[in-house]
Amino acid sequence: MLEIKNLHARIVDDGTEIIRGLNLTVKAGEVAAIMGPNGSGKSTLSYILAGREDYEVTEGDILYNGQSILEMDPAERATSGIFLAFQYPMEIPGVATMEFLKVAMNEQRKARGEEPLKIPEFLKRVKDAAASLNMDMAMLKRPLNVGFSGGEKKRAEILQMKLLEPNLCVLDETDSGLDIDALKIVSDGVNALRSPDRAIVIITHYQRLLQHIEPDTVHVLYRGQVIKSGDKSLALDLEANGYAGVIGQAA
Amino acid sequence: MPAVQDTIDRVRKIDVDQYKYGFQTEIAMDKAPKGLSEDIIRFISAKKDEPSWMLEWRLEAYRRWVTLDEPKWARVHYPKIDFQDLYYYAAPKSTPGPTSLSDVDPELLRVYEKLGIPLKEQEILAGVQKTDASELEEPSDNVYKSGRVAVDAVFDSVSVVTTFKKELAQAGVIFCSISEAIREHPELVKKYLGSVVPTSDNFYATLNSAVFTDGSFVFVPKGVRCPMELSTYFRMNEKNTGQFERTLIIAEEGAYVSYLEGCTAPQRDENQLHAAVVELIALDDAEIKYSTVQNWYPGDAEGKGGIYNFVTKRGDCRGHRSKISWTQVETGSAITWKYPSCILRGDDSSGEFYSIAVSNGYQQVDSGTKMIHLGKNTSSRIISKGIAAGLSQNTYRGQVSAHRKATNARNFTNCDSLLIGDQCGAHTVPYMEAKNATAKFEHEATTSKISEDQKFYVMQRGIPEEEAIALIVNGFVKDVIQQLPMEFAVEAQKLIGISLEGSVG
Repeated sequence: MLEIKNLHARIVDDGTEIIRGLNLTVKAGEVAAIMGPNGSGKSTLSYILAGREDYEVTEGDILYNGQSILEMDPAERATSGIFLAFQYPMEIPGVATMEFLKVAMNEQRKARGEEPLKIPEFLKRVKDAAASLNMDMAMLKRPLNVGFSGGEKKRAEILQMKLLEPNLCVLDETDSGLDIDALKIVSDGVNALRSPDRAIVIITHYQRLLQHIEPDTVHVLYRGQVIKSGDKSLALDLEANGYAGVIGQAA
Repeated sequence: MPAVQDTIDRVRKIDVDQYKYGFQTEIAMDKAPKGLSEDIIRFISAKKDEPSWMLEWRLEAYRRWVTLDEPKWARVHYPKIDFQDLYYYAAPKSTPGPTSLSDVDPELLRVYEKLGIPLKEQEILAGVQKTDASELEEPSDNVYKSGRVAVDAVFDSVSVVTTFKKELAQAGVIFCSISEAIREHPELVKKYLGSVVPTSDNFYATLNSAVFTDGSFVFVPKGVRCPMELSTYFRMNEKNTGQFERTLIIAEEGAYVSYLEGCTAPQRDENQLHAAVVELIALDDAEIKYSTVQNWYPGDAEGKGGIYNFVTKRGDCRGHRSKISWTQVETGSAITWKYPSCILRGDDSSGEFYSIAVSNGYQQVDSGTKMIHLGKNTSSRIISKGIAAGLSQNTYRGQVSAHRKATNARNFTNCDSLLIGDQCGAHTVPYMEAKNATAKFEHEATTSKISEDQKFYVMQRGIPEEEAIALIVNGFVKDVIQQLPMEFAVEAQKLIGISLEGSVG
């Protein structure tokens, strides 16, 4: 589903190269964890996948379902089924969460040539999804992410992910700022989305989240490259021995 | 950054073609020769069958006007207007006053239909009540759900059709064209016309006093709550006709009225001058709510041909505990010069000003309000949201003053500006003056840019760039949109989106 080939990318403003020849393949149905120390390029990778303009791809390609997505803008990538759960979701003052959900869902439907959702159907979907994440409907009347706690923001991200039904889910440090109860709820939400035709990429610093969402593959990112790949035991190994060992081997 | 050139290209594309309300209708016009003189004023007054006192009033204004100079203090720039090169009177040719829609020139009705404005006159005439809010998306809390609107449509200069008159008359409300009011209710017009904006007020108001051709008149008698929202759709049509409406709204003791004004204009090669005067008078315990959505032609890609909008709007809280509230959404015009104001004369009276001013392309907006606190315990509230895109300049200019006797005057002002792109400008010019030590004025102002982070986030959910901007901007102006009656709120949100098309690279 996702194939990243020899990707090189730099920051447009100052030319700093962040991704330096990254290779990664994630199949449909797979849950892949990307781990790595701070500054290894994890978040940058998620931004590049989503099409953020601050980064420029200088070499290599990103194939999604066999097609390059480099020329697509963030909205086009989103409607093609790529979803990024942000580490720091943005506040959108004055735009009720509910309203935002409706606009996003209907824009995606429009792009796919589908009719907008009827209001009762929309409400039903939102209610069901919110209930499964233990979210209060009253919260959805508030402006998106404005005044939300860290945990509420992350839940709101997963809610959007559920409702938009993407094929490729990228979760950037979704566990940061979550207490143990919220972590459980969010993880359950992600697990519920596991399906044979959906790939999930989990970017995380710690192994903690992977106790709740069990990955099929684990990849260690360091200095803009995947330096080691393995199964879930690699995550346990990293937790026990730190990144130093793996980095040492690669060097 | 490459985005800059791209932005310029996009802005360049904001052309006449993109102005969807730019079209002209062909209806035979009856008009005065070009230029302005005492004879023209006599012509206008005669055309309108006015009593002699009205003609004298106009002539006096004219004689004063010739001695005045155009004001220069606003932050707007435009070529000199040749006031002798304009037509001052144009009326649709028709038999005297139609009494129902079926009597109206079908061409005229098609114009309204083309505008797509929420007139729904047929529905209203058929007695269909729009109380079903489910049709509308996410109605905000503070909206009127009466769903009934009486329309006094101004086509160029003469009111063509007035609906709902009978029902209003039963309630004792007078809602008609100002010309009709001059003929039918001279005592009221004589008493109140010019009592808020005197003929000597300012250059444009004085000009208006001399040549105004039409506008609305509303009188809500003591203790009456106007049973429906009153609405006028202004529309300029005949080429080169300066339009000079005069609106006068009076709410007697304990009365309430909500008035909506909205407008679109056809495209134009030459600049059109618009200099309206609106006077509101609220007596003891009365409340007037005045809402405007303004979407006149802003000009082509070079900023040519747009409408010059020099308006004087003022409300007089003449009575104790009276209240006047202005809400405006300004998206059109090449130049906007407009300061809806409140004179808080009665004790415990209050004034409000909620404004959204969107500028794009080469538009210039200089708008704001004045809150003049004269009475005791008076309060005022100003919420202004300016959005500048393209190469536009957007200025908020406001004055809050408390006079010597205005003990415990209160004001809260909040001015937020949002910039889209880096070639536009937002300016805030607040004047505050308290001559009474007990006055409390608060002022907050912010200027921000739509952040790339926000835009990226919204787009990542599958919302295309322009829609993403419109969504963020509509969030930014939410506080003001909520003040609008529901019919207008929905339209205004769409309009803001349309106005910002082509503003991003």
